[in-house]
Amino acid sequence: MNNMIELKGINKIYGEDIKTQVLYDINLSFEEGSFNSIIGQSGSGKSTILNIMGTLDKTTSGEIIIDGKNVKNMSNNQLAALRNSTIGFVFQFHYLLPEFTALENILMPYEIKHGKVTKEIVKKAEDYLKLVGLEDVKNNLVTKLSGGQQQRTAIARALINDPKLILADEPTGNLDSDSTETIYELLRNINKELGTTFVIITHDKRIAEKTDRIIEIKDGRINLDIIK
Amino acid sequence: MRLGYKIAKRFLKSNLGQTFLIIVGIAIGVSVQIFIGSLIQGLQLSLVEKTIGNSPQITITSITDDKRILDYDKMITDIKTADSNIEKVSIANDNAAFLEYGSNSQSILVRGFDIEQADKIYNFINRLKEGTYPKNENEIMLGIDLKDEYGMKLNDTVKITTTSQKIVNCKVVGFYDLNISSINKNWGITTIETSQNMFDTKNSITSIEVQVNANSTFIADQIAVKISQALDNKTIKVDNWKAQNGQLLSGLQGQSISSIMIQVFVLISVVLGIASVLAITVMQKSRQIGILKAMGIKNSSVSYIFLFEGLILGFFGAVLGIAFGLGLSFAFTKFALNTDGTPVIALYISYPFIFESGLIAIASSLAAAFIPAIRSSKLNPIDIIRNN
Repeated sequence: MNNMIELKGINKIYGEDIKTQVLYDINLSFEEGSFNSIIGQSGSGKSTILNIMGTLDKTTSGEIIIDGKNVKNMSNNQLAALRNSTIGFVFQFHYLLPEFTALENILMPYEIKHGKVTKEIVKKAEDYLKLVGLEDVKNNLVTKLSGGQQQRTAIARALINDPKLILADEPTGNLDSDSTETIYELLRNINKELGTTFVIITHDKRIAEKTDRIIEIKDGRINLDIIK
Repeated sequence: MRLGYKIAKRFLKSNLGQTFLIIVGIAIGVSVQIFIGSLIQGLQLSLVEKTIGNSPQITITSITDDKRILDYDKMITDIKTADSNIEKVSIANDNAAFLEYGSNSQSILVRGFDIEQADKIYNFINRLKEGTYPKNENEIMLGIDLKDEYGMKLNDTVKITTTSQKIVNCKVVGFYDLNISSINKNWGITTIETSQNMFDTKNSITSIEVQVNANSTFIADQIAVKISQALDNKTIKVDNWKAQNGQLLSGLQGQSISSIMIQVFVLISVVLGIASVLAITVMQKSRQIGILKAMGIKNSSVSYIFLFEGLILGFFGAVLGIAFGLGLSFAFTKFALNTDGTPVIALYISYPFIFESGLIAIASSLAAAFIPAIRSSKLNPIDIIRNN
């Protein structure tokens, strides 16, 4: 299997005057179509790894290769295009646009890429809404949805441009256990059906145990790497 | 760009109260600008109209010793063809004399006109308070102030004594009111023939008076030069109202400058208002911008959002401002009236000026949106994601 993403010798230091190193020489790669989790205590550096993988944060040193492309010398616009077409994000606080409806939020990455929406893509978005069980509330503003519904909208949004990689930062962090189970099942199904690579940050051991590979980060270093 | 417009529209719609307030702010600025502009233009026009509207703007006189112009028919033809903006040309034969009425006497300027031609400039006939205008030999028309002062009546006889001691009795056929007391007291208006006979000046006159069309009032000096060239006569002098009314001109100029100053300051406050509100919007929407950037929107597209916000606010502000401004102006001309029904302040509604004010408001709103647009493009998505 090819690697979907590869991190080589990643170091990350925050601050100019007072320097705090949060990642130490991380070497990590994830295979295409794999379903992975990253666990660790808060402040261990796991979110920083995810943000670096998503090209949102810059490394202090080291290289990242996403889908065979080294992102080191890419311009801001090239990175934006890469994020838009290759990576889907699901965050703990969903980060939906409150001014738009669930359907419009889901279509947003497509609109960013193509400038307009077609009938076909609206149909596809509606299919994803059905997949995440939100077809009845598609035209509601996202502020009118429950926490679980918002998170499911965010998942559908992450899927719309058929990304090869989905990065999820505590996607069930603020949901009750029933919703957590539903969301996890949903992500797992997408992985199986579409072959999308998943990297999920979680502090929920039960969720982590259901993934194919568990990486534990401790004080900015890889502490454990278990492949089932 | 399309997405930028869509998001801008939605951002503005999602906070209607704030959007409405900004639009009203811009509209007030635009309406003040339109109102002040129309007011100052109206004041200037009415001042110019009152000062020179019913008088010649260009006067051709002789600089020979006897101050007389002889071959005036040809000159009139030349003047009329000198410039297409020349509308009215009239001749005058002016001579100083002495007027006696009963036991009263005073000096007077006897002005002989071809009354029908001169009426086009001075509007005598409409400004007759009593009687009619002189048509026959030895008829004269005097000002309303003389009538009041000496208790004259129509058809009374006045005695005119010329500088060469010739005495002519004239019948007073009418009283005019030119709204200027010194003229009402000092001009005795008669026909060109009567004045030529009275002063024994045969076929000569003392001046040719010219009025240009309303749009050319302020280029009367250039037209005067053209007339001078067309006549090509060293014995005559061509004067224009601008040269003769330096103080009025500098007054008008002062008014224009103060009007422009007011408009510029209104504009600056509008621009600062929009810029600061949009800057706050960038802060308010920084989370959304961070999300959009994480999803891969380009920096330029993010800038478009705020430029479109500026454009939309500017457009609706301008439209509402024009409506306010026109409403205010019409209300002033309809309800603030003098006792005779004329408006206290004569506003001049110039549609090109109003259109221009609207365009300036839109352009300034767009310019004001540049700073927030640049700020938003520099926003880093990780700052939003990391700090939630």
